[in-house]
Amino acid sequence: VSTPVSDAARDLAASRAKAPHPSMFLRMLIRAAILRRGRAASALFAMTVAAAVATAMLNLYVDVQAKLQREFRNYGANIILVGKNGASLPADTLAKVDATLAGRGIAAPFGMIVARMSDGQPIVVAGTDFDRVQKLDRWWSVNRWPSAAQQALIGVRAMPVVAPNGAPFALTFQGRTLHLAPVGTVQTGAAEDSRIYLSLSDFANWAQVEPQTIEIAANGSVADIDGIMGQIAEAIPSADVRPVRQIMEGEARVLGKTRATLLAAAALIILTAALCVLSTLMGWVFDRRRDFAIMKALGASGRLLNGFFAAEAAALGALGALIGFLAGIGIAAWIGRVNFHAAVVPRFSVLPIVLAGSIAVTLVSAVLPISLLRRVQPAVILRGE
Amino acid sequence: MFVRLVYESFRRQKRRKLLAGLAITLGVTVATAMIAVATDIGDKINRELRTIGANLVVTPQEDSLDVEIGGVNLKPPTDGAFLNEADLPKILGIFWHNNITAFSPMLYANARLEHGARQVDMVPLVGTYFAKRIIYGTESLTTGVRSTYPAWKVDGAWPGDDSADVVVGAPLAEKLALQPGDHITISLANSTAPARDVRVSGILPEGEDDAHVYLPLAIVQQMLGHPGAVRRILVSALTKPEDAFGRRDPKSMSGAIYDRWYCTPYPAAIALQLTEAIPHSHAEQIRQVAQNEGAVLTRIEGLIFLITLAALFAAALAVSAAMATAIFERRAEVGLMKALGAGKLAVAAVFFAEAALLALLGGLAGFGIGSLLARQIGRSIFASQISISPVLLPVILAIAIIVTFAGSAAAIRRAVGLDPVFALRGEL
Repeated sequence: VSTPVSDAARDLAASRAKAPHPSMFLRMLIRAAILRRGRAASALFAMTVAAAVATAMLNLYVDVQAKLQREFRNYGANIILVGKNGASLPADTLAKVDATLAGRGIAAPFGMIVARMSDGQPIVVAGTDFDRVQKLDRWWSVNRWPSAAQQALIGVRAMPVVAPNGAPFALTFQGRTLHLAPVGTVQTGAAEDSRIYLSLSDFANWAQVEPQTIEIAANGSVADIDGIMGQIAEAIPSADVRPVRQIMEGEARVLGKTRATLLAAAALIILTAALCVLSTLMGWVFDRRRDFAIMKALGASGRLLNGFFAAEAAALGALGALIGFLAGIGIAAWIGRVNFHAAVVPRFSVLPIVLAGSIAVTLVSAVLPISLLRRVQPAVILRGE
Repeated sequence: MFVRLVYESFRRQKRRKLLAGLAITLGVTVATAMIAVATDIGDKINRELRTIGANLVVTPQEDSLDVEIGGVNLKPPTDGAFLNEADLPKILGIFWHNNITAFSPMLYANARLEHGARQVDMVPLVGTYFAKRIIYGTESLTTGVRSTYPAWKVDGAWPGDDSADVVVGAPLAEKLALQPGDHITISLANSTAPARDVRVSGILPEGEDDAHVYLPLAIVQQMLGHPGAVRRILVSALTKPEDAFGRRDPKSMSGAIYDRWYCTPYPAAIALQLTEAIPHSHAEQIRQVAQNEGAVLTRIEGLIFLITLAALFAAALAVSAAMATAIFERRAEVGLMKALGAGKLAVAAVFFAEAALLALLGGLAGFGIGSLLARQIGRSIFASQISISPVLLPVILAIAIIVTFAGSAAAIRRAVGLDPVFALRGEL
């Protein structure tokens, strides 16, 4: 049965049905936040701290791999390229390696021969690119790097034999003699200590041998490095490409364990923070059981009440998550600067996770007490029992 | 009366007390677990880093220069000086012997390998231990290349230290068409020693050290005619990252400072102790390994330390929040107490006593659960125990009480300041 209604009356009914409710709803939300500033602020504070801690932990978790991989690159080469059967590498090999790496690492060539000193003793003489070695083998303890032609870097164990007084010395290889001035010593605790290092041009002119080895420190995960190895093997078919297994395995193990520890710590911390939010918020909502009872007594439906408290919680969660996200990125960046001496890149991909998590936690902590209160008669609450 | 008040409060408000206690327990659990992990992480990561290989090397003091290219030593194998194998167990007698995780003696020779009609010349042989039990006094250690290079995995089986078995690198095995179980003949270059027949027990996959043949030390000593000779010793030690103090020259230090340096497991200090322990030797750090692991360790320890701070902060906050809520809910009670004439001090004392009791109970439970949690983390991540020293218990309890007090303080102050009339009417 339809009742005839005038246009004006229908409009009024429609505007009453729609307009006041949203504005009333908003007003209730805003007044609730303003009137109980203290408790709302403490709930927001708890949410912000939790979101900040979660953001910082997730950001660090994502970033720590890159940071530690960078530390591990200081171990030097993780890929070694050698000519098949000890043969020299073609002259354009280094250029090809550089092109293949395309900034994903650094490579240094090494040519090695056994020369004779003036007293006939054999000694290993290596030619290399000092600029590249400085970047690749950072653990070399060198007091002064050669900078001009005919200057040599001498291993600490070779030094007393080769140039006891720091005087120039001569080396012979296949009947050709080279005069060198010792400018610095290198100490590594390994085979380098018994060698003499020359610049690549001196070495090539004198020994007429091209480098046989290129050491490569490639950046990235194990899969990245495997990929780079494949590309290099394809680009330079005349060479053997070998992984430095200990370093790759050590790196993988340390990275894996560190990330697992970090994940465990992150889980614990985020759980604690979430519980902190939960207890604060539940207290806040319980505290407002009078508001709840009055609204119910005035005839608010269960859905409206749920919606009101849920909207309030979600707004708090979202606001807390946003402020917390910014603070968390700040904390992660600070930890990056203090500990790794490099900025931790803000990962905005973390934001949706933090946002969703925050809203979920706040919703749970609002809906739980409400569902408890809904079973209680408003009169009982209003009487303060 | 005071005791009864506290007792009744616990008896009658089981749910609330349980919630607050739960928050404290959780906070202390997280704090205990994180502190335990943070204090142990350096040692755990240090052990993982040992995968990369030895960080110290011991060589004869008066040695001739090595002529080594690509891991192959071209120096005549009998040239220069040797260390004595009989001195090896003395490594277990140094001050930091507990930090020595493994060591391997190395003796090098070059040989011709024959398998059927195939042969390869100038193959570097390395005589070493694989997993030999070394005893020095009451100390013992099973050590060898299997421990100094845990990353090495052989295809087949590792040789025994008293066997005539060898491990061959993969490229060599390919050239000689070797399978595990095949027999090969080894004859030294430039030597009149008789050739030896050995069994290939395993094949070492391609990698940095795949050009060699590894065999028991005694066989190489015998072939070279140098019984008891060792060319160098590779030592894996757990070390403390070198700091400014660790880098100082020990010769420039005076008595007490030198003692402090000597008794810190810096790579250089352990090297010095090895030099002292083994006659006519010189020990040195392998900088590629020793220096870099210091950097990696410092970073990871720093990271975990900062995260532990974050965890402690989060735990403190959770405890404070729970306490604040618990006290806030009891305004009416405070009003009643004050209406009956209780002073501010008496009210505060009751709350603080309750907080202390809760902190103690929650702290004890949290410490227990946290220890179990740390142990679980140790077992699942590092496959080894993370143990917590009981010394931590009073520290943790003290922290729990302080945090609980701090968390309650603001709420208690507000509760005490309430006007009993408003509090009783529930108008706050």
